[in-house]
Amino acid sequence: MAFSLRKSKYVIYNNLKTRMGLFGITKNRSCWTSSPTHHHSTPIAAPFVQTFRNTCASFRNTGTLFSARRFESIKAGKQVLDFPGGMVAFTSEMSFISESPKERAHCYRVLDDNGQPIIHQNIVNEEVSITMYAHMVTLQIMDTIFYEAQRQGRISFYLTTNGEEAINIASAAALTIDDLIFPQYREPGVLLWRGFTLQEFANQCFGNKADYGKGRQMPIHYGSNKHNYFTISSTIATQLPHAVGAAYSLKMEKKDACVVTYFGDGGSSEGDFHAALNFAAVMEVPVIFICRNNGWAISTPTSDQFRSDGVVVKGKAYGVRSIRVDGNDALAIYNAVHAAREMAISEHRPILIEALAYRVGHHSTSDDSTKYRPANEIEFWRTSRDPVTRFRKWIESNGWWSGEAESELRSSVRKELLHAIQFAEKVEKPSISNIFTDVYDIPPLNLCEQEISLRETIKRYPEDYPPNVPV
Amino acid sequence: MWGIIRQKVGSGGLPVPISGKSLQSIRPAVSAMRSYSSAAKEMTVRDALNSALDEEMSADPKVFLMGEEVGEYQGAYKISKGLLEKYGPERVLDTPITEAGFAGIGVGAAYYGLKPVVEFMTFNFSMQAIDHIINSAAKSNYMSAGQISVPIVFRGPNGAAAGVGAQHSQCFAPWYGSCPGLKVLVPYSSEDARGLLKAAIRDPDPVVFLENELLYGESFPVSAEALDSSFCLPIGKAKIEREGKDVTITAYSKMVGYALKAAEILAKEGISAEVINLRSIRPLDKSTINASVRKTNRLVTVEEGFPQHGVGAEICTCVIEESFGYLDAPVERIAGADVPMPYAANLERMAVPQVEDIVRAAKRTCYRSVPMAAAA
Repeated sequence: MAFSLRKSKYVIYNNLKTRMGLFGITKNRSCWTSSPTHHHSTPIAAPFVQTFRNTCASFRNTGTLFSARRFESIKAGKQVLDFPGGMVAFTSEMSFISESPKERAHCYRVLDDNGQPIIHQNIVNEEVSITMYAHMVTLQIMDTIFYEAQRQGRISFYLTTNGEEAINIASAAALTIDDLIFPQYREPGVLLWRGFTLQEFANQCFGNKADYGKGRQMPIHYGSNKHNYFTISSTIATQLPHAVGAAYSLKMEKKDACVVTYFGDGGSSEGDFHAALNFAAVMEVPVIFICRNNGWAISTPTSDQFRSDGVVVKGKAYGVRSIRVDGNDALAIYNAVHAAREMAISEHRPILIEALAYRVGHHSTSDDSTKYRPANEIEFWRTSRDPVTRFRKWIESNGWWSGEAESELRSSVRKELLHAIQFAEKVEKPSISNIFTDVYDIPPLNLCEQEISLRETIKRYPEDYPPNVPV
Repeated sequence: MWGIIRQKVGSGGLPVPISGKSLQSIRPAVSAMRSYSSAAKEMTVRDALNSALDEEMSADPKVFLMGEEVGEYQGAYKISKGLLEKYGPERVLDTPITEAGFAGIGVGAAYYGLKPVVEFMTFNFSMQAIDHIINSAAKSNYMSAGQISVPIVFRGPNGAAAGVGAQHSQCFAPWYGSCPGLKVLVPYSSEDARGLLKAAIRDPDPVVFLENELLYGESFPVSAEALDSSFCLPIGKAKIEREGKDVTITAYSKMVGYALKAAEILAKEGISAEVINLRSIRPLDKSTINASVRKTNRLVTVEEGFPQHGVGAEICTCVIEESFGYLDAPVERIAGADVPMPYAANLERMAVPQVEDIVRAAKRTCYRSVPMAAAA
């Protein structure tokens, strides 16, 4: 016991000696009455050890080692200390910050459930409003018809945006074409707004020759450079750090543009979410993180996804300015994204927007959500909380829309879509050379050899090869 | 070459003249450049990598370096020494500790036109970022049908060092080498390091650049040509380090040095070994390997990594596929032990190939000693 205490005293003393040397002064010099060269055969007295420990503790608490000044200051009776990272006020009242707030973060909305503005304010003009509404309707119909096409076996997969039309269209409307989009997969509306045609959507779903993706990916994995919409990849939340990297690139270019990236409530659990928000704040880049909190990640409800007050409070943890908006209110989203864009570009900061909504449809055509949630809940949100209907009420109350315009729009969109599908179905599939291109910038030798070998095999055994696929 | 001295930092930044202090930090490369006409200069792999990074960053303002400790600390292994001072914090980024984060951010920056060089403190830590390397970097050009190219370089030390244990010693050449869309390079000498890193940074495809910690301090002679700032080695070509006619020994990274030592020992016993420095795991230079085996009729593959599904397995198979008739003996694979790397020095030594193992394997292919199976 004596021996080990003596040894530890040497270790501690030597450590402290180095630190003291750097400080020069120490308040607690009085405790250093015994010299280190004394060999104590008797156990060190307990009170002495006590002082030791206190000394150690207070030295450790006094911040960085390499400053000789005294950094305890007394401000207005409160003790404040300069820890690495900044000044922190002390308190003698021990209290834990609660895991849940007394009141949840408020949700910004402009229109009430009946589509009437809650407070009088300058909102979007007629032209933009009608364009937004038309796109929301188009998105809705596109979802319905492609979903049916999958059920009929004409495409292999589809996923709908039901209930999130406002998030898609209104956010896109508040941006410019120069802003880069890094989507998750439930944002085809943003691409639709930017001018992607129904035919182009259909081509991708059918994976035909005209598909910009050259038949490489599953349906709904759209991507288009000319629309500044980065190709969808199935992995969750990987687009978040990508968005930050691209924003860094934009910042270095000093462009009047920002990056906007979307993800769901489930995506906020991924490690990439943490890294992206943390990094974006540290690097001070112009990026807007839009979380579509629609209550469900396939069958996982948000109560099983996180225990925080949604996603908006996480922004504060990373030093990111954030807001919660009503995801079914197109005007609220428009305003929030517009303001966020201004801040992101002029102040070089990331912004987090949490849009609360409900995923009315199933996760995808591979899912039947009635298995894990009540059908009447789905029905409630589909009817009473429909964002499209709510917006329609607003434009109708302004006299900008009518029942005839509605039915005319719906029938013409439907017709155009059915035609696009029929056409896309008939277009040839991509040729087999597309198996080997784009793996690298220039196809390497082994792939060239493999293509030659494949063509020879097809020529030799044509009966094993489908006749309607071009070679 | 003195064009390096003045360049803009980022876009629209102020020109940054080199101060005497930063000149000092790149002095080895500079003084080497001055003596074009004299005999080959020696350069450590560390300086070779540093000079390659320096020259590429100077030539192209889109190139930037990112990783843990690359800036203020001058690089965990001092590879990026002097670069922060010279190019500023916009082009040499010290990142928070999140491999997944900064790999993803690098990929995103590459998506939108920059050319990041992402440093992993060791490729063992790249495991935390492997999703971004494979799913975001390697596959993006293909999945987007050419719309998104990813001109990124992931570099860092790979394989065993000395006494760093299981989680710091794995060789990742086989894992990354199996993924289409990536290019995987494995330099050995300083010339390799310079030429391949410059080629990697200029390449429009994502490149995984596997260095070796123990080679950083080793000096190699570099030719005058290699010191020129436009020097570049072709990706996908192996180098025949030593010509021979009796047995082909393929190796990469640190094992090239071991193979060369083994060749010396074998030469004394009358066996002329041809040592191939692979330089590139993907694309693998199958034609050089096969041409060599067709000449020598015997093959020994050497690697430090685990034996199952290793680089040697791929080489052996492609030789059997293309040159089976030319083989006079079964192919031999030398690899690390099939265990996580132990720490104790004696155990570690047993877990990695040694020169004697290579010599014995070569002799077995020459029927100078009893085959291992028969001895069992």
